[in-house]
Amino acid sequence: MKPTRGFHGRGNRGPRLPPGQYDVGRDWPVLTAEPTPTLSTATWIFSVGGLVEQPMEWTWDGIRALPDSTYAGDIHCVTTWSKLGVSFRGVSVDTLLAAARPLVSASHVLATSHTGYTTNLPLEDVTAGKAWVVWEYEGEPLAREHGGPARLLVPHLYFWKSAKWVSGLQVMDHDEPGFWEQNGYHDRGDPWLEERYQGD
Amino acid sequence: MTAGILGWKSVIRVTEGRAVPPPGKWQSATVVQIRRETAKAKTFRMELAEASDYLAGQHYVLRLTAPDGYTASRSYSVASAPDGSNEIELTVEHLPEGEVSSFLHDEVIVGDELEVRGPIGGWFVWRGNGPALLLGGGSGVVPLMAMLRLADRIGRPDLARLIVSTRSPEDLYYAAELTRLQAKVLYTRRTPAGWLRPAGRLTTADLPTPIGAETTVFVCGSSGFSDTTTELLLSAGVANENIRVERFGPTQ
Repeated sequence: MKPTRGFHGRGNRGPRLPPGQYDVGRDWPVLTAEPTPTLSTATWIFSVGGLVEQPMEWTWDGIRALPDSTYAGDIHCVTTWSKLGVSFRGVSVDTLLAAARPLVSASHVLATSHTGYTTNLPLEDVTAGKAWVVWEYEGEPLAREHGGPARLLVPHLYFWKSAKWVSGLQVMDHDEPGFWEQNGYHDRGDPWLEERYQGD
Repeated sequence: MTAGILGWKSVIRVTEGRAVPPPGKWQSATVVQIRRETAKAKTFRMELAEASDYLAGQHYVLRLTAPDGYTASRSYSVASAPDGSNEIELTVEHLPEGEVSSFLHDEVIVGDELEVRGPIGGWFVWRGNGPALLLGGGSGVVPLMAMLRLADRIGRPDLARLIVSTRSPEDLYYAAELTRLQAKVLYTRRTPAGWLRPAGRLTTADLPTPIGAETTVFVCGSSGFSDTTTELLLSAGVANENIRVERFGPTQ
């Protein structure tokens, strides 16, 4: 691509920023497509179903009793902001899947939210320490507008994959586009490969 | 398998398969006109290399490239209604720390070539085929303006009703056109002289009644505006599945 006349760019060129991303600094933009729900932890459920040996359901107290796990690192939104050096605490998706035991035919998951939002992920992108269900951000309860009480966290992919208000994982033997994926966005969403839109 | 929320139907059920075609590749866009909307906002009319069949409410990504290969990209909603031409209008608010918006406001002149990609988004769109209530806060009016202009262009101004919330008369985008298209304007801080409604935020009293069950409500604005407005709508009895939200976060 040829340079834009007069543009030199004063943004961060550091190695932690994927191509086309900028450092949003202390802000944390909120981007959602629907009204923000109010979820009660008293009735909150997280389930793992589909192609598993043992379908599982956890209550709020149940999931928080599992061994906890933290992520410290960066997050990247397809709308071009990245937020560097953040931390979340929750449970590893490995722990959840280990309880449900996916069948050998399993290849993908469809993450679902209590609002009906969905997003699809290859199984290998939510296993081996790459994905969490989180309820704390920087040591504080995750705010409602950021997906609280709990959201999925898949920080190596664009952040629409980290479903807010997550309600479960449906284990599947094929890929099935979720909400944004049906609306023009990429099925995988690797920020380092700039997999932003269908066809990238 | 999901427990769901009592009384909350799944908003995001969409269609089978893909709702919109994938966006095109990066293409050049030549600036053919620049109009000032307010002290902080300008509209850039651009001619694209390839015709673009966009929907009202969609956005484009605009990319700037430095000589060393560094790029900066931001998303901007289209303000113009689709008309089958190769031209689109993007209204850009000048954010003081905004790398892209500052460049667009301070450097770009008619004739400059930029890069764009789109159209993007298949959710916050109105196809002109059913009643729509459009609620915009500040610069959130931009994608709603594309919808209002579409209603006017297809000769169905009855289908789309726009309510804009803005701080003061000096902050209002598209002022003359909003008057012509009978949009309702609310001022939150300061009104024009003689304005009947006192300055203040959107309240239930500002909403039309009733809001029909077949009406799709489009809400666009800051996070605060979006949350406040959707709460008002839900408490006024609008079903959550009829509300579509686009938030303009503090991205620069």
